[in-house]
Amino acid sequence: MSAKIEAGAKAPLLNPKWANLLGRFLALIIVFAFFALLVDGGKFYTLRNLENILRQSCVYATAGLGMTMVIIGAGIDLSAGSLIALSVVVVATVLNLNITGADGQPHPFTELYPALAPVVAVLAGTCAATLAGLCNGLMIVGLRLMPFIVTLGTMGMIRGLAKGIGHERDIYPPNETWINAIMDPTLSRLVRPWWILPIGVWILIGGVIVAAFLLRYTRLGRHIFAVGSNEETARLCGVSVGRTKLFIYTASGFFCGIAGLMQFSYIGGIGQPTTGVMYELFVIAAVIIGGASFTGGEGSILGTIIGALTITILYTGGQQMGWPKWVQEMVIGGIIIAAVAIDRWRHRKVV
Amino acid sequence: MRGVRRSFGATKALRGVELSVAPGEVMALVGENGAGKSTLMKILSGAIPPDEGKMLLDGADYVPGNPLHARKSGVAMIYQELALAPHLSVMENILLGIEPSRGPLMNWPEMKGRAAAALAEVGLADIAPETQVRRLAIAQQQLVEIARAVALDCRVLVLDEPTSSLTAKDIEKLFALIRRLKAKNISIVYISHFLEEVRAVCDRFTVLRDGETVGSGVTSETPNERIIALMVGRNVDELYPRSARIPGEVILEVKDLSGITKPRTASLQLRRGEVLGISGLVGAGRTELMRAIFGLNRVKNGEIRIGDIAGNASPAKRWSQRVGLVSEDRKTEGLALGLSIADNMTLSRLDGLGPLGLVMPSRQRVACRPWIEKIPIKCQGPEQRISGLSGGNQQKVAIARLLHADVDVLLLDEPTRGIDVGSKAQIYQLIDELAARGKAVLMISSYIPELLGTCDRIAVMSRGKLGEARERVKWDERQLLAAAIGQDEN
Repeated sequence: MSAKIEAGAKAPLLNPKWANLLGRFLALIIVFAFFALLVDGGKFYTLRNLENILRQSCVYATAGLGMTMVIIGAGIDLSAGSLIALSVVVVATVLNLNITGADGQPHPFTELYPALAPVVAVLAGTCAATLAGLCNGLMIVGLRLMPFIVTLGTMGMIRGLAKGIGHERDIYPPNETWINAIMDPTLSRLVRPWWILPIGVWILIGGVIVAAFLLRYTRLGRHIFAVGSNEETARLCGVSVGRTKLFIYTASGFFCGIAGLMQFSYIGGIGQPTTGVMYELFVIAAVIIGGASFTGGEGSILGTIIGALTITILYTGGQQMGWPKWVQEMVIGGIIIAAVAIDRWRHRKVV
Repeated sequence: MRGVRRSFGATKALRGVELSVAPGEVMALVGENGAGKSTLMKILSGAIPPDEGKMLLDGADYVPGNPLHARKSGVAMIYQELALAPHLSVMENILLGIEPSRGPLMNWPEMKGRAAAALAEVGLADIAPETQVRRLAIAQQQLVEIARAVALDCRVLVLDEPTSSLTAKDIEKLFALIRRLKAKNISIVYISHFLEEVRAVCDRFTVLRDGETVGSGVTSETPNERIIALMVGRNVDELYPRSARIPGEVILEVKDLSGITKPRTASLQLRRGEVLGISGLVGAGRTELMRAIFGLNRVKNGEIRIGDIAGNASPAKRWSQRVGLVSEDRKTEGLALGLSIADNMTLSRLDGLGPLGLVMPSRQRVACRPWIEKIPIKCQGPEQRISGLSGGNQQKVAIARLLHADVDVLLLDEPTRGIDVGSKAQIYQLIDELAARGKAVLMISSYIPELLGTCDRIAVMSRGKLGEARERVKWDERQLLAAAIGQDEN
């Protein structure tokens, strides 16, 4: 008996993974074309609208980077929306601080140290969310609890914490800083700045590169897939399962923190503790539409980006078609089920 | 005359199968995995039609259009994986699809009566027909399946690997049942890997290889070696190759090891260039011993020494000490079925697969190629998913993982369980080569001929205690069995 490796001889035209992504991309194009044709007067594909879609999907997509890792690792993070809110509130709180100046009078932090204050705010917001994510991981690994249960609990706890920090009120920082501007439109402005796309989009692109590289080319990345695909095998192969899980939930916290910065800017620089409610569902939906499997071991960063764009297009498209809110919600829900059903069906055909 | 005769000439998976069973006869169908047994089953059961050839049942053309039709014609299948509805009662399972009814209403009294009769026939008279199936033991569930066939007055019963999940005692019961059914003039096709079983219960045998009938005969007149030779296509003495092995220094030493419950006490020494076998019954604590050595189970007392390094360690540490383990359960523990061959094979040692400690998928693939070709593993390439491989090839990937990690001590737990003879032969050869190259192999097996064939020394574990290891020539099958059940005279 000899090994049958037909190297290259009968290789499919396209690597199945890329073919899969291409399929999702085509679905995205079809959804887009649908609204482009139906929304009056070509309003849907104006530069302004395209940029809006991009800006809006940024928050989901960024949080989706961490969620992709979590879901590939056969976990779930229901606290994503609360993590985003925590980051938003912490950023606003730092920007709202008053500190005693040289004259003994309290001054806004942003006026005394205009360069330092936003940097501190960004660090504080991201760190807060990352730490909260770490806590998720510690509970899941240390107490051996189901991720669903733990993050369902922390979804409430972190939301409560955000409300506590904001004293259950929106925080309006006294001065605008560059954080307010990271999601500002650039393409549709009369004079385009040299960075062309909104800063937030660049941050997302950077995050995509880091996350995709991590998943594909590092040991940690391969370990995430292994843990998600078969935890027992991974343990037997000497993978530190606990550390891998700690990492993915911490990463989810980190990316939600970054998404929080974007959300802060997107909603106009307000520290709103009630922002981002239900966002975890959109983020999870984006990851699933992007081809990840709830049973773990499958998923891709680019797929998640496509998923986030698809959801945003459905959302804005529905709004612009003048669909009532209830119709929009039902359509998005239906699309999620359809996407997963099609996936199942295709897998059955292939294997 | 009620001669039952079928012949097929289907292409692809089956390339001409001749099989005939007389009433009241037990016919063994043996062959490696992938020889075409399951395709044959599917054709028989009406799940797929044959491309060519025809089947005769009682001299008349038998053309089952679908599984229900096949059942009603009197051809019943018992599959390896039980096909019962666990939440339904025993009687509902037995009469599933043919429930007695009065109009739209179920006829419960009749149902109960018929189910009880069928249960009595398979020796399950003490089980109430109302019992939920999931509350029964596996062996009882299997009997319920046979009762389902009996309730239909089947004339041909096909059993696919019926003993794979049964204990020795239940196997005896099953054989007794088969003999009873035989006495009732039912034709039985018995599919199995195990020649001992074939010998115990079958009148004649047919060997399938690569989708063809390569031989048949009367069981009592044919030696095992002949049947194996037909299955593998080579002689049996080539099955367990034995190169010159030179035992080197002790590389694994276990002293008075005990775990939380099992093992109770175990000591062993394993040298380079040596294969040490551990025999014993399932549940004696063999797997627990191996897991304790590898750091997967907690060690209560005792000492483990790998070369110069003493002490317990995590699996990750053990890998770095060049110790590797192949689990007995490749589906749930051994392999990540959803990932590729390359991912599975390289998982334990991802360094050296790219610059700066990165893991380049292209290098993963390159690293796998030599093993795929050498062992060899039948696949489309390193990118193929594990779930698409046959059991034997999956197991070869699990072992190749240790080769990629270049371990010195190989802990193999039932390395040939449930795989075809051809793959077994390749694994035996690989173990021999590794030992000849100075690797140390510790191997658990419940299949005694395999231990006698591959090992240099064998120790027996019984009720958590590991006995002394002796040269293989000082054991025979009977002594190993006696030691396993704690009746060691010498």
